[in-house]
Amino acid sequence: MSKMHVKLTVNGKEVEGLAEPRTLLIHFLREDLKITGPHIGCETSHCGACTVDIDGKSVKSCTTFVAQVNGADITTVEGLTNDDGSLGVLQEMFREHHGLQCGFCTPGMITRAHRLLQENPNPTEEEIRFGMAGNLCRCTGYQNIVKAISASADMLNAQKEAAE
Amino acid sequence: MNDQTMTPEERAANLKGMGSSRKRVEDVRFTQGKGNYVDDIKLDGMLFGDFVRSPYAHARVVSVNKEAALAQPGVIAVLTAEDLAPLGLHWMPTLAGDKQMVLADGKVLFQGQEVAFVVAEDRYIAADAAELVEVEYEELPVLTDPFEALKSDVVLREDIADQTEGAHGPRKHHNHIFTWEQGDKDATEAILAEADVVAEEMVYYHRTHPCPLETCGSVASMDKVTGKLTLYGTFQAPHAIRTVVSLISGIAEHNIRVISPDIGGGFGNKVGAYAGYVCSVVASIVTGKPVKWVEDRMENLMSTAFARDYWMQGKIAATKDGKITGLWCHTTADHGGFDACADPTKFPAGFMNICTGSYDIPTAYLAVDGVYTNKAPGGVAYRCSFRVTEAAYFIERMIEVLAIKLNMDAAELRRINFIKADQFPYQSALGWEYDSGDYHTAWDKALKAVDYDGLRAEQAQRVEEFKAGKTRKLLGIGLTHFTEIVGAGPVKNCDILGLGMFDSCEIRIHPTGSAIARLGTISQGQGHATTFAQIIASEIGLPADDITLEEGDTDTAPYGLGTYGSRSTPVAGAATAMAARKIRAKAQMIAAYLLEVHDDDVEWDVDRFSVKGAPERFKTMKEIAFAAYNQAIPGLEPGLEAVSYYDPPNMTYPFGAYICVMEIDVDTGEWDVRKFYALDDCGTRINPMIIDGQVHGGVTEALAIAMGQEIAYDEMGNVKTGTLMDFFLPTAWETPNYITDYTVTPSPHHPIGAKGVGESPNVGGVPCFSNAVHDAFRPFGLVQSHMPHDHWRIWKIANGLGMHG
Repeated sequence: MSKMHVKLTVNGKEVEGLAEPRTLLIHFLREDLKITGPHIGCETSHCGACTVDIDGKSVKSCTTFVAQVNGADITTVEGLTNDDGSLGVLQEMFREHHGLQCGFCTPGMITRAHRLLQENPNPTEEEIRFGMAGNLCRCTGYQNIVKAISASADMLNAQKEAAE
Repeated sequence: MNDQTMTPEERAANLKGMGSSRKRVEDVRFTQGKGNYVDDIKLDGMLFGDFVRSPYAHARVVSVNKEAALAQPGVIAVLTAEDLAPLGLHWMPTLAGDKQMVLADGKVLFQGQEVAFVVAEDRYIAADAAELVEVEYEELPVLTDPFEALKSDVVLREDIADQTEGAHGPRKHHNHIFTWEQGDKDATEAILAEADVVAEEMVYYHRTHPCPLETCGSVASMDKVTGKLTLYGTFQAPHAIRTVVSLISGIAEHNIRVISPDIGGGFGNKVGAYAGYVCSVVASIVTGKPVKWVEDRMENLMSTAFARDYWMQGKIAATKDGKITGLWCHTTADHGGFDACADPTKFPAGFMNICTGSYDIPTAYLAVDGVYTNKAPGGVAYRCSFRVTEAAYFIERMIEVLAIKLNMDAAELRRINFIKADQFPYQSALGWEYDSGDYHTAWDKALKAVDYDGLRAEQAQRVEEFKAGKTRKLLGIGLTHFTEIVGAGPVKNCDILGLGMFDSCEIRIHPTGSAIARLGTISQGQGHATTFAQIIASEIGLPADDITLEEGDTDTAPYGLGTYGSRSTPVAGAATAMAARKIRAKAQMIAAYLLEVHDDDVEWDVDRFSVKGAPERFKTMKEIAFAAYNQAIPGLEPGLEAVSYYDPPNMTYPFGAYICVMEIDVDTGEWDVRKFYALDDCGTRINPMIIDGQVHGGVTEALAIAMGQEIAYDEMGNVKTGTLMDFFLPTAWETPNYITDYTVTPSPHHPIGAKGVGESPNVGGVPCFSNAVHDAFRPFGLVQSHMPHDHWRIWKIANGLGMHG
């Protein structure tokens, strides 16, 4: 099958490559770019393990062709670590509140939570639960994920306040 | 502050040992997307395998034509049973003493069965080529009902049709697998005949699936130069897999290295040996290149191990005032096309004989008949210990059914029948010795915590309001007191494929006072790297942060039977403590030598040995570690390491009291969990944070199972729930918050008194949710309704009770 040229910005870096028109974004990220944080859990957009951030929106990369997002700015969980290599706020709060167990859903969860907190910096528990309903976790029962996101919101708001 | 000025309590806190809610060391990798799961493995020249699967549940395979597939550029090979037969690998042994086809050998027995394995340069080409393999089928009559299968002339397993003796005794019919009997049949029937009251019910625990978020997969790499096979895979028992691969492939065991990397959840699904593992190995041998196989979600739900599917006919006898006198159970177990249950060899129905539960039932009888049908094989313990969830669901439903018959409060009925604290160790009528428990204390604490009497008053009022037309919502109070049986198990009666179910730990202390420990188990999210280091920290006084933990590589870890059935803490946790104690014993001799006193004149003090009566004279574990490597100590070998293989003397018996308060809309069938209280007693608590996390997750899986999750088939044997569109996994939106609580009754035979907790919440949660639904409708005449209680089925209950006017 003929291949097309794709160019993306992933986690702040410009990348390019060749892909078939049918190549899924998740496979391009994982196989070609070796960005293996996003995972494949269902191939039907239900589980959210493959969630990435595309031009400011949470998108399930298992049902997106890489060709569809040519030129896009993409962030994966790898891009949410601080520049000095330390854990970002969400990553740290997931650890602090035991918001993960097997870790398979975690990259998608954190990437989705990152966008949720951009959309709504002060979410209620109900808003977190609704906003995270596109990401499934089989281990935690969500209770500590909700806590971790809520704590992240508080911390990010405090950081913002301190900076102002 | 230094070693001299810190109090023993401060020194103990610095260790982050047992009892500490230590943050998980695993999370630094996982939160950054730096886990290493099977599908993340990429080897040079790696090929991809994909299956051609049967669209039919029962059919003859007339022919398989590979030509069109092989003609595709990038396709390397297409394997069928014919190709595997010369190697003797077209069939493989199951964990249950049966055998199963790796690739269809003349016929298929369930929808989704593996027919051919396509190997190609990438996964897209492999998927394309799988479509091009032409298979001619001839449809056969389909049996999806186990009761019908036992009467049918249709022979499912033609390969063993003439065998009247199976792996577990006589076979009564060509679709019958085994009969397993426990307890005293005659005595139980005599009690039933004379009892004041007998309640009888069919309790069905439907077929479901563990559905970990990561599906199953493997990467096989045969190095033709060294003759060494490396097999990465989603294995809950890597060492057992190595032995099985060696036995069935003929490759010497020392030439096989099995690696379980990070595992994205198991819940029992990754205990079994699957066709994909075998085919990836064969394909690597044939092509000389590494071969990856990773199933998709539909393949996972259709073909890898299911759970439950037990039809449990029960009779429970009691006196007029509610004292239970006898329990009878006959179970018809639907095992699918092959008996691939994952149970210890001597227990073809697992530990179903824990079905007397938390109650002092003097006489009992259990019989289980295993049956072949045209469904996927499996029967794994989905977040439970070998059919314990089935047993717990059975007894906790039978208690409720008996309470209705006696017109008694179900909490009180439980209380008067609990095994009493002074009866432990307790010998059950079906053969187990319960190690320890204090059920009354746990039960009273739970009832008080939720204001049980207040809830019953509210419920009575709600019933009145409903009858008066003021509300359309009912209130259900779900009760459960469960007893688990985990930590399999004593080698004298527990083995899998002849491998005793001990487990192991090896600890090496480095000269500078840090350490590495390796275990025979494998974490799938339980946090072993965190908690097992805590056990060692408490035992030998080195900080948990200075202890690395490794599992899952059979070339480096000591042999063990893996992680499932809540066995890691009871068995490998015990081995860890015992290995640490061996190190401490040697450390004592080193300390005594350094302090120039007799071995008996030093005593252990948190992280050091000090001279008795002179605590200012001491050697810390760190100092001792260094001395072990730089001093010539008379009579002692240099170095400081130990290994322990632990054969548990008994199982452990965690227990718990769960209460669920549920609102149910009779017009829509919708439910809402208003409160869920979970009290767990898992003995000694190693990491309370992780215990709470296990309970949250386990109860959520229970919520899924009880309230909607199932593997459903139509009468043609088509899987109706093959994607996450139809297979219910709760989201954050419908999952409630849980209140966790605990009591501590240590196991008397475990070195640190720990019992295991990972599966308790599923075992207790399922009957608790189901009992809440039943309880809501009890005032309107409901006795028994089968799970899953999805909105449609709840609506049907209300409709059947005439509640829709």
